[in-house]
Amino acid sequence: MEWEIVIGLEIHVQLSTQSKIFSGSATRFGAEPNSQASLVDLAMPGTLPVFNEGALRKAVAFGLAIDADIGKRSVFDRKNYFYPDSPKGYQITQMDHPIVGKGEVDIVLDDGSHRTIGVTRAHLEEDAGKSLHEDFEGMSGIDLNRAGTPLLEIVSEPELRNAKEAVAYLRKIHSIVTYIGISDGNMAEGSMRCDANVSVRPKGTTELGTRTEIKNVNSFRFVEKAINVEVQRHIDVIEDGGNIVQETRLYDADKNETRSMRSKEFANDYRYFPEPDLLPVEIDDAYVQAVADQLPELPDAKIARFQNDYGLSDYDATVLAASRAMADYFEAVVKICGDAKLAANWCQGELAALLNRDEVDVADSPVSAEHLGQLIQRIQDNTVSNKLAKQVFEGIAAGEGSADEVIEKRGLKQVTDTGAIEAMIDEVIAANPEQVEQYRSGKDKVFGFFVGQVMKASKGQANPGQVNQLLKDKLAG
Amino acid sequence: MEHKTLKQLSDGLAAGEFSSVELTRHFLDRIAADTDTNAYITVTEESALASAAAADEARAKGEAGALSGVPIAHKDIFCTEGVRTSCGSKMLDNFIAPYESTVTERFKTAGTVTLGKANLDEFAMGSSTESSFYGPTRNPWNRDTVPGGSSGGSAAAVAAGLAAAATGTDTGGSIRQPAAFCNLTGLKPTYGRVSRWGMIAFGSSLDCGGPLTRTAEDAAMMLNVMAGFDAKDTTSMDVPVEDYCANLDKPLNGLRVGLPKEYFGDGLNDGIRAAVMAAVKELESQGAVVQEISLPRTELSIPAYYIIAPAEASTNLSRYDGVRYGHRCDDPVDLEDMYKRTRSEGFGDEVQRRILVGTYALSAGYYDAYYRKAQQLRRLIKDDYQRAFEDVDVILGPTTPSPAWNLGEKSGDPVSMYLEDIYTLSVNLAGLPGLALPCGQVDGLPVGLQLIGNYFDESRLLNIGHRFQQATDWHTKTPA
Amino acid sequence: MSLDRNEVEIVAHLARLKVSDDQMPATLASLNSILTLVDRMQEVDTSGVEPLANPLDATARVRADEITESNQRDAYQGVAPSTTDGLYLVPKVIE
Repeated sequence: MEWEIVIGLEIHVQLSTQSKIFSGSATRFGAEPNSQASLVDLAMPGTLPVFNEGALRKAVAFGLAIDADIGKRSVFDRKNYFYPDSPKGYQITQMDHPIVGKGEVDIVLDDGSHRTIGVTRAHLEEDAGKSLHEDFEGMSGIDLNRAGTPLLEIVSEPELRNAKEAVAYLRKIHSIVTYIGISDGNMAEGSMRCDANVSVRPKGTTELGTRTEIKNVNSFRFVEKAINVEVQRHIDVIEDGGNIVQETRLYDADKNETRSMRSKEFANDYRYFPEPDLLPVEIDDAYVQAVADQLPELPDAKIARFQNDYGLSDYDATVLAASRAMADYFEAVVKICGDAKLAANWCQGELAALLNRDEVDVADSPVSAEHLGQLIQRIQDNTVSNKLAKQVFEGIAAGEGSADEVIEKRGLKQVTDTGAIEAMIDEVIAANPEQVEQYRSGKDKVFGFFVGQVMKASKGQANPGQVNQLLKDKLAG
Repeated sequence: MEHKTLKQLSDGLAAGEFSSVELTRHFLDRIAADTDTNAYITVTEESALASAAAADEARAKGEAGALSGVPIAHKDIFCTEGVRTSCGSKMLDNFIAPYESTVTERFKTAGTVTLGKANLDEFAMGSSTESSFYGPTRNPWNRDTVPGGSSGGSAAAVAAGLAAAATGTDTGGSIRQPAAFCNLTGLKPTYGRVSRWGMIAFGSSLDCGGPLTRTAEDAAMMLNVMAGFDAKDTTSMDVPVEDYCANLDKPLNGLRVGLPKEYFGDGLNDGIRAAVMAAVKELESQGAVVQEISLPRTELSIPAYYIIAPAEASTNLSRYDGVRYGHRCDDPVDLEDMYKRTRSEGFGDEVQRRILVGTYALSAGYYDAYYRKAQQLRRLIKDDYQRAFEDVDVILGPTTPSPAWNLGEKSGDPVSMYLEDIYTLSVNLAGLPGLALPCGQVDGLPVGLQLIGNYFDESRLLNIGHRFQQATDWHTKTPA
Repeated sequence: MSLDRNEVEIVAHLARLKVSDDQMPATLASLNSILTLVDRMQEVDTSGVEPLANPLDATARVRADEITESNQRDAYQGVAPSTTDGLYLVPKVIE
């Protein structure tokens, strides 16, 4: 049987506010345990939450970025459950009246085609603390620094049809939240976490199959692998005549499998009800407009502009605009060298390879936009050949200085002196009479051999155009 | 001395008739000599004397305010830094709050002396102060009867001359009812008028701090300190605070008073009915115009309240889990065991009962029938009041259907106790201010009337109370 | 509506309370008498009535995004039942 895969993602994005969503504690990552846990965060008796406007503004900005309905009246609710990392015994979240309603994002697939994915809603809530499972005399340790960090939970429609689409969607959300600066998007530090709801159904049917939820898959790569392995499990179970149980599962990256989360719980009953300690949040059009006025250019607008202004292909524009940092880098290079095509090639070629190899962000690139811009200028003015430019790039990356400095130090300057090139050609012709004979008798192919020899003699520094022209003249006799 | 009003003590201090240290010593001696009221959970003798000395010093420098150096008690539901804040529960028996509530902070700033922390029903859940982990408080008027609750320790302390005044909290009548039972003036302000920061939550959308005093004038002085916006409490209202003492003497000519017929029905004790009607006569003699009104959903306030308050309480009390403060059971074998034993050991019967009711009312499948329904009734009850206030300035009725009952009489039957709250609950559901005033005695036990005002109309309630007390002497009576 | 023993056990578990066998009959009786009391609500038609959560129908104020708290861990953990190295200790959390 042919199966259709149905995937929906719930993405938790930590908002990059200074202070927590309901208290004045800092949200800094990696602080000493419980050093950023205030009376409110610790749920001390009689303490009360007060809502952080920064979290509100960032949530509204996201809503605007995905063209969503903004909740003019949003309401916080209590979600009740006992867990040591949830100090109040309930999480403050938004149930029936979220701050962001229906919206949509555009994703680009590997074949270059586009799909629009619906966002059901996005709501504000507080993060939980952390349970540390190292052994403390047989006990677990609880750190509540993270408790109360603002989260925006972004819920997609179940419209994703395979793991690659899910990853493309996740990347797009990552791109949006980092573009508009509402989150650092650091998945390794848990700033962005993803739960995937997965089900399968026979192709051509419309009824949804039983779904499972894979919790906390926290890298792009694992999202793809986890979904693929879970989809396969669903298909195997069903094809063996079994039934999928609706449950929450964990992805084990080492074994590349998902497993059911052990739980002695009766069915969860979260007893949602409106949080009486917080009042409904009302915002007006002027507030929304003020947030809109502060929004930077969004990825889709940038992609369109890159195509229009720089003549880039859809693919190139999409890749370069995927991250705001890369887009900014690219535009800085273009500004210096004036050649968008060359700049795009270098950014997606050498630069991307370097960043990938060293696992660094473009913001921390060892080759700055100024350096790359200058390097491209040196190609344009024939100071270095395209080929040697790659060595110059390596030199810059290795910290040897600017493009000019590396060219100078490594002696990579292109030879354009006609006399010097002619002398090298004369030597090559004199040393290879046989090949000269062949060429002159009509074997054009041998021309390549001469070019290679001359370039070798010049250590690659001779201007290839000049070499071609002068060789032709000389060989013609 | 111990039965003087706040105003008289304040004037005496200002005139140099006695010092705050002398006054405080006097109250502390009385507290130490008292053997059976059980009004206090914790007496803070040392810090009381220190702040009395500081108040005397401030006065010498000419820096004393109206309540400087006056010794009062705080209900042990307000967190006090460095002092045990138990909320009447074993759960918090070992809890030394590392922070101060806004209300007690404001009294500190005003130079008021804190004698100690007054007894209460556990987590303020009760109408008799019998559910306290620290044992019941007795009513100074008759030691076999209850002082009312949940602010029973506060009421008994003032009535017995163990404090000049006290703070309380009122979620369904917990200031007004003990005031009525102990011959005091008790004010429940408008919801949001007094900050809830550091006031341990019972029913968040109902809880309100307020004073228990001998007179309306004293209540005005106390409210002047307590009232005001607090950025730490989102539900506190940013509405200007009046000088509540400014209008106390205003004549009552033309005041429109509504008597809700539902407050004078079959369940009302005849003696109380007579006492309240006598008070109505007095107000009429001062120029008030009285008319009958109707608050048709009064009866429904009982079911609505006994869903909403337990529902909110059930989740407010989830934080008592033995992890960060308070009681934890010995040697838990696992998490579940820690939670369940900690909470079952730490909470008393009534608290556990309300947690169970509230949990049930919020659970899947029952939310609409209980919690949502109760919140809908709440709106209807509020609407009834708003309609009434189109025709009248204040509403007047009894505070309780009967005088104080005997200790133990109702503790085995929660529903019979709940029914005693009939006249006070709807005020909390609607968030309105209510003032209880002594207006007579039945079989030697004090009874009270209740004035209900529109939102933020505390000043008018206190004005009426003061005028009434200028013409009557019920409030001056003290227990034998 | 009335509760049976099984329902009370579920509710007690949700609330993390232990109701012993000895207590069960009394608990059942008192809960059911309370439910009888509150069930009077069901007689009233409230269709179309907007639930009232805050008595004043007020809306939220917000605070500026500023750090106003400093590290008070030692003071706050002074009242904790069990801590080590700045962490609150609880019986092993099993995921």
